[in-house]
Amino acid sequence: MKISDMLDETLVALSANKVRSGLTMLGIVIGISSVIAMVSIGQGAQSSIQASIESIGSNLLQVRPGAMRSFGGQVSGGRGSAQTLTLADAEAIARKVSGINAVAPEISSRYQVTTKGANTNTAVTGVTEAYPIVRNVKTENGVFVSDQQSKTLAKVAVLGPTTRDDLFGEGANSIGSLIRISGIQFTVIGVTEAKGGSGFGSQDDVVFIPLGTAQKYLTGNEYVSTISIQGQNSDSLTAVQTKVTDLLLDRHNLSDVASADFSIMNQADIVATASSVTGTFTTLLAAVAGISLVVGGIGIMNMMLTTVTERTKEIGLRKAIGAKRREINIQFLVEAMLLTLIGGTFGILLGIGISYAVSALGIIQTSVSIPSILLAFGVSAAIGIVFGYYPARRAAGLNPIVALRYE
Amino acid sequence: MIEIKDVTKTYKTGVLEFQALRGVSFTINDGEFIAIMGPSGSGKSTLMNILGALDTPTTGTYFLNGQDASKLEEDELADIRLSHIGFVFQSFNLLPRTSVLRNVMLPLIYSGIEKDIREERAKVALLAAGLEEEHFGHLSNQLSGGQIQRVAIARALVNEPSLILADEPTGNLDSKTGEIVLATFQRLNQEQQRTVILITHELEVAKHTDRIITIKDGAILSDSFTRSGNNQK
Ligand SMILES: Nc1ncnc2c1ncn2[C@@H]1O[C@H](COP(=O)(O)OP(=O)(O)OP(=O)(O)O)[C@@H](O)[C@H]1O
Ligand SMILES: [Mg+2]
Repeated sequence: MKISDMLDETLVALSANKVRSGLTMLGIVIGISSVIAMVSIGQGAQSSIQASIESIGSNLLQVRPGAMRSFGGQVSGGRGSAQTLTLADAEAIARKVSGINAVAPEISSRYQVTTKGANTNTAVTGVTEAYPIVRNVKTENGVFVSDQQSKTLAKVAVLGPTTRDDLFGEGANSIGSLIRISGIQFTVIGVTEAKGGSGFGSQDDVVFIPLGTAQKYLTGNEYVSTISIQGQNSDSLTAVQTKVTDLLLDRHNLSDVASADFSIMNQADIVATASSVTGTFTTLLAAVAGISLVVGGIGIMNMMLTTVTERTKEIGLRKAIGAKRREINIQFLVEAMLLTLIGGTFGILLGIGISYAVSALGIIQTSVSIPSILLAFGVSAAIGIVFGYYPARRAAGLNPIVALRYE
Repeated sequence: MIEIKDVTKTYKTGVLEFQALRGVSFTINDGEFIAIMGPSGSGKSTLMNILGALDTPTTGTYFLNGQDASKLEEDELADIRLSHIGFVFQSFNLLPRTSVLRNVMLPLIYSGIEKDIREERAKVALLAAGLEEEHFGHLSNQLSGGQIQRVAIARALVNEPSLILADEPTGNLDSKTGEIVLATFQRLNQEQQRTVILITHELEVAKHTDRIITIKDGAILSDSFTRSGNNQK
């Protein structure tokens, strides 16, 4: 029997019962499309989280007060819960550790910020001149805070674009205006560029003031909440981390790492942790979608078994005419595979459609990957073979005499 | 040529054994038109299954055109059916909701014959079986009983088999349509010299043939030529 004839026979058989074939395919369509859509959403989430981590700066180490804990624990513990780092620590790091581009100490807390007509609660961050370099912040209007202003305790402020919008209206010119932070009057000298991105703490809803000013007027002590360090390149980052750890242990008169009263986060670690989280998330989504694919496969098997029973006499006739066991077997296997491949093709198209729709609606920027499409296609072919195998074998094994008599 | 010798067939159902054929022997020459008769349960269909290579005898031998078909495997039997035998069954003859042409071409698909040749041969067979050309495109469920049987005969012819086997081919037809179908077999036998074996329990049907083999309880009761028999060999 020729392959073209086999396909022809199969198509005729499938179109003889269009509604049932269609409904059976629907299971596969839903299964495949949800796998593709879910994986693309998961991967979209992964790349958006990675992009937002990278937007906070590159080759970054962050030293924070408090004992060494896991990434997740630190977030819940809240920054500044322990006060152990000082400006002097930051200056020592800058002076003594090699392989560093810049060191940016900061102190951050939330305060009520008001103007004549508006008020907002936002993160007020005391910073030095190095901050824009280390944390990849650009000034859109005006100038950024300088070290000179920090020394002279100047009451000047640089607004994030969201804060500017909240206080002065969208896009308004705010340079030279006055704002009050915790009741103290500051002059606006600049506005930073929008970084976009939410999650991971918006970089746009913030007010920067000189570090010295913040310590003097807002916190009233010399502690800092974070020291951000930019290494010269990503390869030496781990070495820098070790040197900084040693230096700080020495300065704080501590003997070993276990007793450290600070912790250092490596940006590479954050990226790794975040991608392992989103990876798990993607796998979970794909697994749920995979279950619907298996259910679809069982639907195929169910339909094929019904078909074999319904067409027992036809199978008997074909065998009586001279069809071999193998030919009947292949015919029904091809039928099951064709169902899944047609269903799979529609499923892939639908899956791509869904992920484009999710992107277009602005829910999350999805990315459909070629491997996931190939995988889906392979899986649907495999489902056809696996779930078509048993019904096809049943058909091929029928005794023609018995099958012809079947009522 | 068909030669069967001391053929027996024993069916086993659980512990029960039933001997449906008890030593049947006969020879049928090419071009004969034969009826196998007998009461219900006498073993006619069992015999036909063996003659048609659908089944093998429990003991005894069956030579079809010089080839021993009594001890073959499933797929070897399928090959013999494909190239030597054409079946016409009593009921359920055609693929449902399938065109006449497609039905007749079915055996040719399994012989691996090219599509355009298939259609040509199917048309020749349909004309030989006496179906008018206007019905060729109809679906199998748009035909009358007599037309269905003629399509089935055409399908049995299409592979040019040396033996045409028909198990109660007129059983579902009224007597007038039955006559037409029998006349078709008769014509094929006379014009194309094909061996035709009809299985029936009606003497009226058997009378159309040249030779009647009667079986009862799995054994041959009589084997004789009829008066209408004119090509005795
Ligand atoms: N598969 C089987 N298993 C067990 N017994 C069987 C089987 N097929 C047939 N028989 C028995 O063999 C005997 C002969 O059956 P067969 O079908 O050959 O009769 P028949 O002459 O064709 O009858 P009818 O004219 O009613 O079709 C019957 O008694 C039947 O019960
Ligand atoms: Mg019978």
